[in-house]
Formats: sequence, C-alpha cells, structure tokens
Amino acid sequence: MDAGVPLFRMEGVSKRYGGVRALEEAELNVHGGRVHAILGENGAGKSTLIKVMAGVVAPDKGRMTLEGREVSFPDPAAANQAGVVCIFQELSLIPDLSVADNIAISNPPKRFGLIDRRAQRRMAEEALARAGGEDIHPMAPVKDLPLSRRQIVEIAKALARRPRILILDEATSALTAADVTKVFAVLKRLRSEGLALLFISHRMHEIAEIADECTVFRNGHNVATYRAGTKSDNEVVELMIGREYNHVFPPKQSVPPDKPPVIEVRNLSWTQRLRDISLAVRAGEVVGLGGLDGQGQRELLLALFGVLKGVSGELLIDGKPTPIASPEAAKCKPIGMALIPEDRKTEGLMLPMAVCDNLSFAALDRLSNAGVIDRAAERKAIEEMIRLLAIRTDGVDKPVGSLSGGNQQKVVIAKWLMVSPRIILLNDPTRGIDVGTKQEIYQLLRKLADSGAAIIFYSTDYDELIGCCNRVLVLYDGAVKRTLVEEEITERALIASALNIAADQGEAGFKPAVNA
Amino acid sequence: MSDWRYRLAEQRGTLLGVAIFLLMFTIYVSNHPAGFTANVVQTAANKGVLLALVAMAQTFVVLTAGIDLSVGMIFILTNCVGSYIVTGSMGTALLGVIGVLVLGLACGALNGLIVIYGRLQPIVTTIATGSIFYGIALWLRPQPGSSDDFNSDIADLMTSQLPGGIPMSLVALLVIVVLVWLPFRRSPVGRAVYAIGSSEVAAYMSGVPIRRAKFAAYTLSGLLAAMGGLYFTFITYSGVASFADGSTYTLYSIAAVVLGGVSLFGGVGSAVGAIFGALAFRTIGDLIFVFDLEPLWQTLFQGVVLLLAVCIGSARLFQVRNRLDLFA
Repeated sequence: MDAGVPLFRMEGVSKRYGGVRALEEAELNVHGGRVHAILGENGAGKSTLIKVMAGVVAPDKGRMTLEGREVSFPDPAAANQAGVVCIFQELSLIPDLSVADNIAISNPPKRFGLIDRRAQRRMAEEALARAGGEDIHPMAPVKDLPLSRRQIVEIAKALARRPRILILDEATSALTAADVTKVFAVLKRLRSEGLALLFISHRMHEIAEIADECTVFRNGHNVATYRAGTKSDNEVVELMIGREYNHVFPPKQSVPPDKPPVIEVRNLSWTQRLRDISLAVRAGEVVGLGGLDGQGQRELLLALFGVLKGVSGELLIDGKPTPIASPEAAKCKPIGMALIPEDRKTEGLMLPMAVCDNLSFAALDRLSNAGVIDRAAERKAIEEMIRLLAIRTDGVDKPVGSLSGGNQQKVVIAKWLMVSPRIILLNDPTRGIDVGTKQEIYQLLRKLADSGAAIIFYSTDYDELIGCCNRVLVLYDGAVKRTLVEEEITERALIASALNIAADQGEAGFKPAVNA
Repeated sequence: MSDWRYRLAEQRGTLLGVAIFLLMFTIYVSNHPAGFTANVVQTAANKGVLLALVAMAQTFVVLTAGIDLSVGMIFILTNCVGSYIVTGSMGTALLGVIGVLVLGLACGALNGLIVIYGRLQPIVTTIATGSIFYGIALWLRPQPGSSDDFNSDIADLMTSQLPGGIPMSLVALLVIVVLVWLPFRRSPVGRAVYAIGSSEVAAYMSGVPIRRAKFAAYTLSGLLAAMGGLYFTFITYSGVASFADGSTYTLYSIAAVVLGGVSLFGGVGSAVGAIFGALAFRTIGDLIFVFDLEPLWQTLFQGVVLLLAVCIGSARLFQVRNRLDLFA
C-alpha cells in the first residue's frame, strides 16, 4: 500500500445483476506511473469493476474519485473524456472501417467541421508506432487483419485518446510471446510517462514481468493488495480460488510408437498459407501446434475439418484415404471429428439460444428418430454433459450468453463431446479463461486422450503445450519447422524454434496477413 | 501504390455500380432509334434522378444496418404537398420548396425518433410511418391535380436543358451530392453511421455518438426522399397519392442500393454507388422499349436483369477458399 494520494479511487462500489452480485463493496486505488494488476477467476468481478470504471455500467452504490474530485461516468465517452480509456476483452474495433478510421473513431481530427484525412493518417501512424505496430497499413480494413494485429490496433486506438488511466482487460490474451514483448515495452514507456495502467491477465508470468502492484478479487470483493513479487504464484492462485492449488497438469501417458495413427496427413497445402504439412496422430496422443500466432495453425485445423476449399495433399483416417468435404461430413460416423473453434462467441455458440439447445446442436442426428428429436434422450445426454464438465448454470433453459467465459467454453467443448468424437481439434480453447476452468480443461483433455481420442491442440500459451502435449509441431509461415517430442518440449525450445526462424527471415517477419 | 489498392478495394461496390450502369446505358442508347442525343439523355436523366434521390435516401438508413420502407411514401407525400405549395411568384414558390424539404426532414426525423427512443425495429417502424404518410397524401390528393397557380417556371427550370445539352436534373443531382453526401461522408457523424452499421456494439464501446448518428441518417433520408418527391412534382406539374408508385419507389430504392454496392448488412457502400445503381436500374426498365417488346414484359425483364447483376456482384464468392468467409 502507498501513502501517496491515488490518481483514481473507488470505494464501496457494488453492482448486482438480477440476483447475482458481481461487485460487493469493492475498493481500488490507482496511482500514476504504476502498473496495477487485477487478478481473479472469471466471475470474480474484474470485468464488472472495469466496466464501472469505463462508464459501461453504472454501479448500484459507491463512489469514484479522480484526483480527489468525485466523478461519475454515464457512458464510455464520458470516461474517455476524463482520461479513463479501456481496451476491452471483446474487441471494440469496427470491422468495415480502416485501421486509421478506427484509431481516430472517438475524436477524429477536423478541419472546417469535416474529418481531416491527412491529419488522421498522421495520427494513426503515430499511434501505431507507439503501440509497436508500424507494419500495419493505416488504410487496411480491420476485418482483414489477424487477431493479434487487431489487438495492436486496439492498443493504438486507446493511445490516440491520450489516456491518463489505461485499462488493459485481457489485452494480451490473443498475442504471441513476441507481440507481448513489444506491447510490454510500450507499456513500460507509458508508465515512465506517468500513466496509470490497470492490467488484467490470466497469464501469471506476464503479471510477474510487468506489474508493480497487484489486487486480487474474489466473489466481487478485493481480498488482497500487495507489491508485485512479494507473493509466490501458488499463494496468489490460492487467494484467487480460495483453495489449495497444485498439479495444474495431469501426468502424461506415452503411446507405443507402433500403434497405427487414427489421422494422418501427407503433404497438405492450401493457397500460400499452408505448405507441405505432414503429421500423424495416434489414439491417446495429444499433439500440440506451436509457433507464433497466425503461422497457419488455425488454417491447418480448418483444413482438417473440411472448411477450406482447394486443399491439396492426402488425408488418411485409420490408414484409409478419406477426403473431408465439410464439417458435416467430418463429424459423422466413419470419421468422428470435432473442432473446438477459436472464437466461442461467433463460431462456437449461438449466444441468445439456451444452454441445452447449444449443447445438442452437433449431436441432433444422433438424438433423433426418423427426423424427430427424442426429447427424453436429449435431456438425458445434456444432463450427463453438464455433470461431466461441471458446467455452472442456473438452468439449461437460460441463454448461453449469460454464462461466464469459462462456462461458455465448457459448453462448446461439451457440445462436441456429445457426438463422441475420436479426433478432437482444439483451437486455443483456454484463451481468456480463469485458472480453475483451465485446470479442468487440461484434465478433461487427458481423460479424453486416455479413453482413446486423438487430439490436436493449438495453444498460444507455451505452458499448456509443455504440460499437455506428447509432441509439438512448431509452425512458421504455414510449414512445420520443427517437431519437439516428450522431454524436448520446453519453454526454451518452443521459443527458440520460433525465434530462430524469425531471425532467419527477419524481413518476412511480422507482415499482417491481409487477404489478397 | 499500396494506398491505391486500398482505395480501390474500398470503392469496389461503387465502381461495380458504375460499370453496370455504363453497360446498360450503352446498350440502351445504341439501340435507341434516336441514338445518343441530348433529348434522349435528358428524358433518361429526369426519370433516373427520381429513383437516384430515393436510393440516396435509402442509402443513409441502410448504412446503419437498418432499412427504410417509408422512403417511397415520403416521396409521394412530398409530391402531393409540393403540388399545393410550390405556387405563386418565384419567391413564394421557393418558400414552398423549402416547406416541402422541411416536411421531408420532419418525416425522417419522426422515423429516427421512433427507432432510437421507441427501440422499435426500423422495418416495422417505417412500414407504420409509411402508411401514415401515405394516408395523409391520400387525404390531400386522392385524384391527380395541382394548385391553380402552380409555379411551372421553377419546374421547367429544374427539368430543362442547359447549354451544351446537359440536363439540369443531373446538375442538381451533382450539387446535392457535393452539398449533402460528400460533407456527410467526411463528417464525424457520417463516420459514426458507418461504424454503427458495421458493429453497433463496438461503436458504442468506442464512445461513438450512436443516437445522433442514427437520427442524422433517418433525417437525411427523409430530406433526400423529399427532394425526390419535389422533382416528381416538377416533372409532372402535379401531385397524386398513388400507392403503386410509393411502393414501387420503396422497393426499387432497395434494388438500386444493392446494385450500387451498398451492403444491406450495413457499414459498406456509398450514396454515389446507389445513384449509379438507380440509374442502371431505370435503364434496365427502359431497355424493353428500345427492343420494341410488349411493355407487359417490363417487370419480368427487370427482375431477371437485377438477379443477373446481383450475381455478378457476388461472383467473387467462388474464389473464397475459406468457407467461413462466406458468412462474414
């Protein structure tokens, strides 16, 4: 704790949504020139806290002061005006507008009342440079940028508003290690310029690297505030989940090498994005995909799942050549494949529909007789899944959008488990999910592998690849650059293989993958 | 160099609309018995400008990802009112013109207020208000007619031919684009309209003035529809509450907007594209006459050509290699 007068202060802030209390007498002191990390499980109240600060939701009670003066923000614009700018977990970029338009959206430079495009261009270039995104073209439409570049644009957009308090809500969760390093350099400079930074992340090592001060939230209340580095990771996690924390990753099981592969790919290529990829996965194996984000991992999973057109190369299921034409074909009997998509909100779930409807979608053909859904069988299967994955919901009839992020992700996974897949593809399934749920997902993966599933697992988190995978293929520019097996999978090896490659081809490095 | 690529990509829809129009118009004039003469162009322009103005009106609302089914009825209502108040001397007639435009603004503003504060869906709101506008028009002019001292000078002026054979109506359209559309496109409110259509949630989170932008879009829509109605009065010297005309203009405005590369999902396109879409659509309708076919075939023919044209616009979907992009 500090004796200095805080730049921003929240006292006794409470907020309820219906019967659920999201914040209960929360308190927070934010100082200029410091990075303040907020920790807590999903549903601990971090998001609500930030939304209150940023003027997105109004608190039921409590007061906020900025430089000792009481303030209230009726909408995000008012918060921005006061210098509180938030980079939200759900991106706030407008897909059809250009990068420059987005960066200048809240306060475009004007001449004679009209937007001055030249000044806007300069402003965008300057902000991009400050955010470490010099490679992004200011005129590119945002919808054509990959996720990690969009996140950089999001940061540039926040900086263009000249904030005094900058809130980063999971702003690094879509970024690769190399991008995070860049962003951290930016954040450190901003800190030295006297900005107050609020940093929310589920990645402990990021918090250890950047934070000066940490506050842990649990059940809507701040349970502890301490100087960074004065508590061990285990102590922090115990504070967050309120129970003891050990053995994040379940022990791996190795698979005998003579076992035939369930799925095998030979020389798979697709446009310029995937080059000559070969891999084989046996039942019981978890094969990881590593490397920098946007090197073709996502496309590889989509290609296997039959989403891409014009894929060349051979795909063998149980040793037999089996071309897959669509996700519908992929999930059916002889193949039995499932893909847990990257973006659960758009590709994984129908947010306004009920939990039970979402759960049974992929499996409706199995749950119906002669084209009529067997309600009783459906109900039973759903209850089983909810129990198996411990999905926390106040009712299967509630819209899935009302669940917390971690529970939404469980619904996505459960939905695919209902078709009892033999081949499971996962695209960064733990992004933006709390530690507790992550742990459950790791255990589930292991259980599925042990019961005979072949799993291909893409993650942007190196720890996960190390903890979960039997083998890791490191991708670069659409090709497999290195395969790490069992003990070879270390953080050092993963980063080294990615960085070696990046060093080799420096100039081809971080080009934004703009659609031609 | 790469700047140009992005600029071109941004204007793709508009350029496609221009291309379709040029193609259709070339076919039209090369088969017209009189050929490419000032009179042919003037007639085509006068008819085309009506739909072009209504299509511009539609564009403002479609850009917000809404739809305005009352534009045709505002067009009819202002046509009828125009036939009453554009009267007397040049001075009083001009006052009448202003009155008609203010009426259009008011109609659009009403739509906007209901959509924003009533939180009703644009489609339902504008069906309802459109019926109301038509009801008022019907009460005013159940039969075709005009005021006894209707100022036909101003009407003649606005539909005349300038030296060099340039139709006044096209000049007026250009002036409207320069005075209304271009400033709008470059204003913060215009930017906000695009932002709302692209992603309303992201726009809200970015502190974009959503209500003001929507209100501006609907109000300007009403204004442009009124300009169309006024032009209709100038061309016909009269007003009539024709339900068929109102409905046709509403539906055709949507077709024109699509032809001109404006996305019905919002956030993409320009009113310039919509203008060319409207001119192209009008020309398609007139092709039937130069080919000397039964007028009965007109709607059928127009429908087929519209379908074909929209297919050209989506031909690039065949190049999509990632099926997920089909839904984007």
